[in-house]
Amino acid sequence: MNAVPRQKLVVVGNGMAGMRTVEELLALAPARFEITVFGAEPHPNYNRIMLSSVLAGEKAVDDIVINPRAWYADNGVTLHTGDPVLAIDPAAKTVTAASGLVVPYDRLLLSTGSKLLMPPLPGLDLPGVVAFRDIADVEKMLAAAEAGQRAVVIGGGLLGLEAAWGLRRRGMPVAVVHLMPTLMERQLDVEAGHLLQKDLTERGLHFFTGAQSEEIMGSDRAEGLKLADGREVPADLVVVAIGIRPNVDLAKAAGLEVNRGIVVGDDMRSSDPSIYGVGECVEHRGQVFGLVAPLWEQAKVCASRLAGRDEAHYETPPLSTRLKITGIDVFSAGQLTAVDEGDEELVYRDSARGIYKKLVLREDKVVGAVMYGDVADGAWYFQLMREKADIAALRDRMIFGQAYADTTCKGKGTDVAAMADSTQVCGCNGVSKGAIVAAIKAKGLTSLEEVKAHTKAGSSCGQCSSVVLAILSHTTGEVVEAKAAGLCGCTDLGHDEVRRVILTQQLKTMDAVRTALGWRTADGCVKCRPALNYYLLCAWPGEYVDDGQSRFINERAHANIQKDGTYSVVPRMWGGVTTAAELRAIADVADKFQIPTVKVTGGQRIDLLGVRKDQLPAVWADLNKAGMVSGHAYAKGLRTVKTCVGTEWCRFGTQDSTGLGIKLERLMWGTWTPHKFKLAVSGCPRNCAEATIKDLGVICVEAGYDIVVGGNGGIELRGTDHLVRVAREEEVLEYAGAFLQIYREEARYLERTAPWVERVGMDHVKQRVVEDAAGRRAAFARFIHSQTYVQTDPWAERVRGMEAHEFKSLAEVE
Amino acid sequence: MPEWIKVGTLSDIPRLGARTVDTHQGQVAVFRTNEDEVFALFNKCPHKGGPLSEGIVSGKVVVCPLHNWTIDLVSGEATAPDEGCTRPVAARLVEGEIYLSLPPLPEGEGRGEGELSGHRNHLPLTRPSATLSLKGEGI
Repeated sequence: MNAVPRQKLVVVGNGMAGMRTVEELLALAPARFEITVFGAEPHPNYNRIMLSSVLAGEKAVDDIVINPRAWYADNGVTLHTGDPVLAIDPAAKTVTAASGLVVPYDRLLLSTGSKLLMPPLPGLDLPGVVAFRDIADVEKMLAAAEAGQRAVVIGGGLLGLEAAWGLRRRGMPVAVVHLMPTLMERQLDVEAGHLLQKDLTERGLHFFTGAQSEEIMGSDRAEGLKLADGREVPADLVVVAIGIRPNVDLAKAAGLEVNRGIVVGDDMRSSDPSIYGVGECVEHRGQVFGLVAPLWEQAKVCASRLAGRDEAHYETPPLSTRLKITGIDVFSAGQLTAVDEGDEELVYRDSARGIYKKLVLREDKVVGAVMYGDVADGAWYFQLMREKADIAALRDRMIFGQAYADTTCKGKGTDVAAMADSTQVCGCNGVSKGAIVAAIKAKGLTSLEEVKAHTKAGSSCGQCSSVVLAILSHTTGEVVEAKAAGLCGCTDLGHDEVRRVILTQQLKTMDAVRTALGWRTADGCVKCRPALNYYLLCAWPGEYVDDGQSRFINERAHANIQKDGTYSVVPRMWGGVTTAAELRAIADVADKFQIPTVKVTGGQRIDLLGVRKDQLPAVWADLNKAGMVSGHAYAKGLRTVKTCVGTEWCRFGTQDSTGLGIKLERLMWGTWTPHKFKLAVSGCPRNCAEATIKDLGVICVEAGYDIVVGGNGGIELRGTDHLVRVAREEEVLEYAGAFLQIYREEARYLERTAPWVERVGMDHVKQRVVEDAAGRRAAFARFIHSQTYVQTDPWAERVRGMEAHEFKSLAEVE
Repeated sequence: MPEWIKVGTLSDIPRLGARTVDTHQGQVAVFRTNEDEVFALFNKCPHKGGPLSEGIVSGKVVVCPLHNWTIDLVSGEATAPDEGCTRPVAARLVEGEIYLSLPPLPEGEGRGEGELSGHRNHLPLTRPSATLSLKGEGI
């Protein structure tokens, strides 16, 4: 044991900055100090940022407690709540609390936070006037909301709007009075401010902008707000939220150097070397603080210094802001507008969709961003800004977002696999992707709550939770579902949860699923029915009876509906190989049924377009007679295997790519999959069959076969990832079949292989298909088993009269 | 007096499905719900004329197979945010047999296509449906 007597650390202020410093300090030097904390509020430490969520009813008070009382006890920290410190004696090194308690210190940490700015208005002391700062204020506001009263909020900044929105969510009529002409003028430019006002007006808030408050009306209690122009806004509750100023009373009285805030240096020390300061009460290099990110940075530096590490220096990081109003996306960072001749603005505006983005550039670097309506790329712009990255090469496309500017064309949205370890995910807490991944791996974390608890990422404003979740999924290889991601409006459950229950509870009909999982509708909807039909078909091959009425028309009619209500017919040509007899039969069908268009498809098939629905069985009958079957060009299932000619003819060919393509197509045809599934086999690395943009491609080489997966040549171009190289054709079939089966079992309905691979990560796919040999063989066996029930030509069945009603009208009446 | 024409029996139509009836006013789609109610609409989506009979039926709506507009089986109205209406046709079920009563031809209209005057003001709007991700697709 350490025999050195512990020093005494007294912390004045039980808020977010002070307690974060204590947490950091306990992590660095758990035995160094005997710690005493004084808090003016009667609560343990809570997340003040989340007060607006409590007000809006999205969180309970208990949900926002950061450290419960037990945490203080467990860490040997003495906590005095509801007992504000009234005086500091720097000479005697003691503090005196309201209760009369006098506590000596070796080191004192001031984290007294801020006070609300109160405008000099007559009537501020009337009952019914509330500031928006702590839990007690929120409780007063909630009581007013319950009494069905009207509210006016003074202040149209971040704080005021969140207060106004919370009260609105509680059902109160709310007006906002703002001194400036546009809302949130410190964070948003004029245009974004107007968009915000328009959206909030549509959500039921009333605004008085450019409005000077003059007086709170009322004699016994607040009755409204009088404006300088004579207008009167009636209200029973007046909420003041015009801003904050550092709470410096105690420091000033103790003789510390105080300007706007308690003046601290890069070491977070005040003018008295035994006294430190962090948070909203301090001033560092002329700057005071109201956002959480710099507070965390200060806490880190201060804790290091208290722990005796002298290398830590505080520097204010660039800051970004988001607004916590559900459904309203606002992001801003840095400079809001061009201020001198060297500055340039890039602006994107889509008025119809309410999207506005502006980047402020200086010397090919991002120095500011304002985004409204679509903030998905906020983190990316912010990173470019913090890294002072040269954006000359990105400039033409960057306003459209990372997905367009990024020349690698990999996927959309947040691609956590491609994200650099240094990318900051949680702006509030300054947590990078690398730190999250390290914590997940080191501590075996499996839930979002655990990641929040261990890394603090997503624990402040919560905006980055979805990215944190994606990183968790990617790192663990497990699918982690966000609670809100439902299958459709009929249920709150997500795809993965529904599939899991289908298997564990052995649910074998759609009715059973809907009953067991409490569907809100009796017969589902256009979104969930096709999904459930597929999930049941995949889970219970040969047992579940396919429900045609839950299939999209193309899969029900086994042809592709066209814009005029006619259909297109694509017969299967195995591996893209045909014969003169087949072509003759196709030509005869085209003549006989006067088919207007005959077209070669991208998948090496022939498409007969413009066939009336009632003609389909007759067309199929003629094609069947020539030995042709359905090409399933309409199916969320195996589509085509495209091939090149390979060793049979090509002077460069290394293997029989055509023959292998045919074998793959014979193996896989008829299967139903979450979305369409296309293959290609190229006979050499020249890759004439374009295998690298298919769901599964095979590229023949002298030594064997490279299997590549997850490609897509559609809306979002994505090149395949390499799965494995094998030596023999039989292995290609086994690996390909196993990959297809695992995709069938794990991907969500309507998820192509490309987004699926990106979501679960290639490591997971390789583990399942390549590394786990027994698992691969089992998956292949499950695939072969399910194929025994589906390899019947649906055209021939319908030629024989199955589902005849589908192709005939019910009646003709005059 | 409306004229009721027998067009078939309930069992001719699959549950949550539809069949078509060709009439002098255009094709009519006859729908059967999960509760065995029967509704009829002229078989043209107010958006781009898609055949509603080919859509997926749930509750009392059908979703057009072309661009996923959702049409109310009772009123023929598209659900928000889409706007438009396809004309409903009176349908009744008597002892398992389905009867339709075609609306009288409005004045000045001869025999012809399904949509008739009085509904033109609802006809195709340019705004696409953005409500669903399910898409009909080619190859």
